[in-house]
Amino acid sequence: MEIDWAGFTPIASFVGGCMIGLAAAILMAINGRVMGVSGVLGGLMSSAGSDNKPAEDDKSWRWLFVAGTVIGPFVVWGLQGAPIEITPVASGWMVPVAGFFVGIGAAVGNGCTSGHGICGLARLSLRSFVAVGTFVSTGIITVYILRHVM
Amino acid sequence: MIRSLSILATGIMFGAGLALSGMLNPSKVAGFLDLFGVWDPSLAFVMGGGVVLNFIGHRFVIGRGQPIYAQKFSLPTRGDLDPMLIWGSALFGVGWALAGLCPGPAIASVLLNPEDGVLFLVLMMAGLYIGRRLQAQTQAAATQ
Repeated sequence: MEIDWAGFTPIASFVGGCMIGLAAAILMAINGRVMGVSGVLGGLMSSAGSDNKPAEDDKSWRWLFVAGTVIGPFVVWGLQGAPIEITPVASGWMVPVAGFFVGIGAAVGNGCTSGHGICGLARLSLRSFVAVGTFVSTGIITVYILRHVM
Repeated sequence: MIRSLSILATGIMFGAGLALSGMLNPSKVAGFLDLFGVWDPSLAFVMGGGVVLNFIGHRFVIGRGQPIYAQKFSLPTRGDLDPMLIWGSALFGVGWALAGLCPGPAIASVLLNPEDGVLFLVLMMAGLYIGRRLQAQTQAAATQ
């Protein structure tokens, strides 16, 4: 194994991670809901509201959270005075296929990187430990095949 | 009003954290998953920071007994390991690695990285919709 020291950003990544974890705790404190993005988005498409609440009431907090998530990176952009570094890795057919896999996989597996990774692990959920172990493993295998086999 | 603003602010903190952490950069995600190439361990620090903060924060919040603007905490109750959890997560990992995006970053980069973001997001929503229906059917079949 070789470490990418040039790309390694432990402090920014740790601080960013702490903000994500704090946001998860605050959403639970305010709204009593798990900050799982696939669940937040999935609830926007269901016709009935959860918790026997009217659908409109259940959807409004989801839209607000999504709007905040879109705005957040621009705050960082403004504060650091430089655009967020983004280098795509996929092109062509791989982008929609990846999106579809991520969507169906998160729905069937009951969670994604935020719901299982940040919230589930913090709650010491066995299901989340299994989910994170599984998706990190298949992710590593996929990148290995893309970069070192194909 | 205060509830709405605080939820919006929480979303902003989440989006800002994603941007600062490097999770919006697909090549950084792929670099983290490239364990057998030139490995960038940064994203382990994202998960470490996030889990530790939420581990402490979650316990503090639950200890207060009730959320501020909701009647109760809605927490997942399932504890069983079913094949759907494994297969779903396995497929999720393949998609995450292919484009270097997962649901949070896909939303956060819809304006920053529209050439990847929009198409990815549309197909991700379609996948979520189909996956939820599959999930509901399996649950219904299991309880019959």
